[in-house]
Amino acid sequence: MATVENLPSAQTERPIGFGRLKRKEDARFIRGKGTYLDDIRLPGMVHGAMLRSPYAHARILSIDTSKALAHPNVAAVVTAKDLETLGLAWMPTISYDTQAVLAGDKVRFQGQEVAFVIATDEYSANDALQLIDVEYEPLPAIVNARKALDPDAPLIRDDKAGQRDNLASPTWEAGDQAATDRVFAEADTVVKRDIIYPRCHPAPLETCGMIADFNPETGQLDIYNGNQAPHAHRTVYAHVAGLAEHMIRIKCSDIGGGFGNKVPVYPGYVCAIAGSIVAGVPVKWVENRDENLISTGFARDYVMHSEMCAKNGKITGLRVDVIADHGAFDSTAQPTKFPAGFFHIVCGSYDLEASHVKVKAVYTNKAPGGVAYRCSFRITEAVYLVERMVDALALELKVDPIELRMRSFIAPEQFPYETTTGWTYDSGNYAETMRVAMDIAGYEDLRREQAEKRARGELMGIGVSFFTEGVGAGPRKHMDILGLAMNDGADLRVHPSGKAVVSISAQTQGQSHETTFAQIVAEELGIPPEDVEVRHGDTDRSPYGLGTYGSRSTPVSGAAVAVVSRKVRDKARLIAATMLETRPEDLAWEKGRWYVKGDLEKGAMIEEIAVRAYSGEPMPTGMEGGLDAQVIYDPPNLTYPYGAYIAVVDIDPDTGQVTVRRFIAVDDCGVRINPMVVDGQIHGGLAEGVGIALMEVLTFDEEGNCLNSSFLNYLIPTALECPDFELGETVTPCPHHPLGAKGVGESPNVGSPPAIVNAVIDALHQTHGVDHIDMPCTPARVWAAMQGRPEPPQ
Amino acid sequence: MQTPASFEYERATSVEGAIASLQRLGSGARIIAGGHSLLPMMKLRLANPEHLIDINDLAELSYIREQGDELSIGALTRHVELEKSELLARHFPLFRDAENVIADPVVRNRGTIGGSLCQADAAEDLSAVCSAVKAKAVIRGAGGERVVGMEDFHIGPYVTAVGEGEMLTEVRIPLRPGGGSAHEKVERRAGDWAIAAASAAVWIEGGKIADVGVALGAVGPTTIHLSRAEELLRGKAPSEGLFAQAGEIASADCSPSADGRGPIDYKRHLASVLTTRALSRATARALHQEA
Amino acid sequence: MHVSISVNGEQVSREIEPRQLLVHFIRETPDLTGTHWGCDTSNCGACVVQMDGQPVKSCTILAAMCEGHEIRTVESLEVDGQLDPIQMGFHEQHALQCGFCTPGMLMTARALLDENPNPTDLEIRTAISGGICRCTGYKNIVSAVRWAAEYEAAAKQEV
Repeated sequence: MATVENLPSAQTERPIGFGRLKRKEDARFIRGKGTYLDDIRLPGMVHGAMLRSPYAHARILSIDTSKALAHPNVAAVVTAKDLETLGLAWMPTISYDTQAVLAGDKVRFQGQEVAFVIATDEYSANDALQLIDVEYEPLPAIVNARKALDPDAPLIRDDKAGQRDNLASPTWEAGDQAATDRVFAEADTVVKRDIIYPRCHPAPLETCGMIADFNPETGQLDIYNGNQAPHAHRTVYAHVAGLAEHMIRIKCSDIGGGFGNKVPVYPGYVCAIAGSIVAGVPVKWVENRDENLISTGFARDYVMHSEMCAKNGKITGLRVDVIADHGAFDSTAQPTKFPAGFFHIVCGSYDLEASHVKVKAVYTNKAPGGVAYRCSFRITEAVYLVERMVDALALELKVDPIELRMRSFIAPEQFPYETTTGWTYDSGNYAETMRVAMDIAGYEDLRREQAEKRARGELMGIGVSFFTEGVGAGPRKHMDILGLAMNDGADLRVHPSGKAVVSISAQTQGQSHETTFAQIVAEELGIPPEDVEVRHGDTDRSPYGLGTYGSRSTPVSGAAVAVVSRKVRDKARLIAATMLETRPEDLAWEKGRWYVKGDLEKGAMIEEIAVRAYSGEPMPTGMEGGLDAQVIYDPPNLTYPYGAYIAVVDIDPDTGQVTVRRFIAVDDCGVRINPMVVDGQIHGGLAEGVGIALMEVLTFDEEGNCLNSSFLNYLIPTALECPDFELGETVTPCPHHPLGAKGVGESPNVGSPPAIVNAVIDALHQTHGVDHIDMPCTPARVWAAMQGRPEPPQ
Repeated sequence: MQTPASFEYERATSVEGAIASLQRLGSGARIIAGGHSLLPMMKLRLANPEHLIDINDLAELSYIREQGDELSIGALTRHVELEKSELLARHFPLFRDAENVIADPVVRNRGTIGGSLCQADAAEDLSAVCSAVKAKAVIRGAGGERVVGMEDFHIGPYVTAVGEGEMLTEVRIPLRPGGGSAHEKVERRAGDWAIAAASAAVWIEGGKIADVGVALGAVGPTTIHLSRAEELLRGKAPSEGLFAQAGEIASADCSPSADGRGPIDYKRHLASVLTTRALSRATARALHQEA
Repeated sequence: MHVSISVNGEQVSREIEPRQLLVHFIRETPDLTGTHWGCDTSNCGACVVQMDGQPVKSCTILAAMCEGHEIRTVESLEVDGQLDPIQMGFHEQHALQCGFCTPGMLMTARALLDENPNPTDLEIRTAISGGICRCTGYKNIVSAVRWAAEYEAAAKQEV
């Protein structure tokens, strides 16, 4: 119903806040004028290069750096011995483990950091790596998580006091085991699957790197680094280096993609910092691509056994038993009190009677990491598992996979809904979203086409997934990283000109914050987005906060910007009341203007109020001058975006090659601030899903050699493998987010792999009896499955 | 970023000059043309030449032309030129089939036929293509030219008949009437090396296969010449059943190894499928019946 | 060794090691860091520049090989404050997010349109298949190239 408060005024129309606004950040990028890390050159800067272990597991007998040191352009070679004297040989990880900065006793994965060369230029630094002699005594390696706990398995973490096996964390459980046993006993149908979500890698196009610039005179450490959580990193460096936080400044360059790969602290960073502190000059270190793939934050690597049951054609229970491969050090960047992150969202979008989840984590001779790649802390593995299991159950019940989902969805009236593993979903209308996807796909027609093609010997598959995510970590009562609450700050200052600067603690890696966060201020204050400067990525010029990953920018930082804008608006109301000589409660707001209720002509624009706030004119009693505010936003709950995805694949019956012909994605991420940007995020995540489902994988041979250490073998989809994605939307506003937004960045990566794998199985089930296949669905693996050998990856 | 080790560089101004430099500098010298095989190996420090002789200025090595009853291709002819050449597509359409799937279009702007053949990677497409069309390689050294058939050109993995102090200058393909050809490849992703590839050329006379060439890529230590399949096919009327038999021979006569692209049985299977497909399409083209 | 290379129409002369890669030669030229690198194996296309009008991967060419050739980088697209239509298309169609692959994509797409002013979607996808974009899923890049093609066709008609 229209009220006086939301009637349009006679004033000139104010700019819209939300909507398809072209991006501010494009101006520099389309001209080649972005400033990425390797574009930065400082006077006197020297270059670091890392020597890495060729072995996955070996004792280091000796390291001889003399030849490298004799190279005329080499300034220093740093080894574990040197770092020990600085107390920097080991560093803490985000998961309360320790990780060697440079290996001293043993190397524990292929590609582990062994020595750091500092030279005048990159070419010389690379040359010097070849001049370092390291004597190794190779040890047996463990690359298969299922063998890590064998009694005869070599002990990987003999550095840890009391560590007797390769268990990285004790078994952790969620849900109710007894209740789940009861539900399974009462069920009429049970399916079981062993499902692997293989190790893959975010592989942002720009690799990781850092320039550390320590000033010995002032004790100030300036760090240039593309990273997703600059404030958290600064706190870590302050602890490790024993410096006050205000003596460290992290300036984020433009970031050439992150996807979770640029959340952790890597040994190369510590070496660059140590190198600069010792040498007193700026040290630049930038990874090669192979270093990025073999040593930095990987993703997934979950070996999952699962059982799902149904009664009367509806899903009733779920059992999951997981072995998580954490690599040689537990450095999973996940914030919860739960050792497996958000994995227990594995109940998915379904109204289950009971569920039980068990996860144990192991050490292997592989690189550390684990929650990267557009993933809200293990939600990706959970969604993949449940969506594969629902399809397995549908096969067993001989029911259409969408039909089974429709029968089992949590109903709209059940929200807020508490899952059997303890999550409180706040809102949703799952069936509606599913139907929108079916309409775009033309689901019935697709099934007809499939039947016709099958009759002709052609293989076509239609795959479905329906995901619910929990993103926007997170409420301080539930989660933290190294004791730091997962909150985000926002400072907003409206200048006397009416133009504004908003400083945020989130850090864009392509998410368009400079545009969308300006739109939030525009929406809330009526200041045109082009007049709102979004400042981020510099710890000296932005408020404290935890950064951008886990789809948390809009849910947390976006909320902070909305709330700080409203604070400014409230202050403006008091000032406007003074200006208009009326009481604040007699004023009404519409975009950009406080006006007197019932008298549309009498009002004050935000820029007039700003002038007043800084002027010599009187302010409201007791109020300080200026028009600004700051907040630290603590989200009351996670947000729960969801979506319905449908993939259509064609398979060459002779070669096993899979083509994703169509992909339909209907996302409900709540209110969309900039639909153009949201669509772009979804396109990107879907391409990653195509990659993960069909080609992206990190594999290892028995000795622990990584077989995918370059883009020759770590395959990423090109424009020719990606279909012309078809998007749709439903909008169920998040009830507790100030804008009703939920976050979307990770949804497409989470939701698309199960849809594609389900489509592959759908194509092959009737004709070839295939009821399971593990990713990636390479031509070889699909062909093997068609021969009755659904070989899992090692 | 990975960077090559140091080397001396010189730019050749003539074929003779390049050969003289090769002779003078010995085994530490390598020719660089497109550089898309050599430079990545140098960045990985798997190849560490002391001298590079750049032949990119030798325009006299870049051509595709009909000369009498032969088609000649200069060694410096780039993939993009092979892809776009109507002359080549008219006589040997398998070149265009192959060029459409070799690496990516940007790489094809630099890479050359000479570089591809001399790299002698078993998964390299043009080696199978040239084998199927019974091309000859012209190798020049200080003492003059010699011409070797493709079956003698590829000696082993990454080893060719081009000796020290020699360079490949030209590829010659006999022109015969009634021909058709095709190249088939299965790859994990656009731009990837082949899991398996098959090249076929047939020459039809009076409804019979007068001559045929079939070669496989990526399913052995080097390009596989399918002489047993060729014997089977020669003199017979083309049919799908016959091609399937040739495919079975391909499957038996290749010697793939298991790797990240697939296991041995899958590659043998592909050798059969792709041989059959290539023969079928080559024949359709010879008979102007291509769909 | 001494080399002199035409970069964006200007002769750049420098003493270099023979092993210097073209991408480094370009990036060491003041204000020309728009050409990026993302892999070591000629797979990602972040380093694409034009050499005599053709897109090439500058990480796999020696600077020494470029003397006598015309190199053009992303910085040459805008002329006298006027963006190239391909730059406009990328902005209009939201064809970039992190921006890292963008220079290579722009130089590849520009060369495509110079040769084929009205490409099909498949021709566009094929032309850019030597480049990897981790952000956009390519859909909007295809739209952007089409946008630029249509813009240029319309501009031609107006003349």
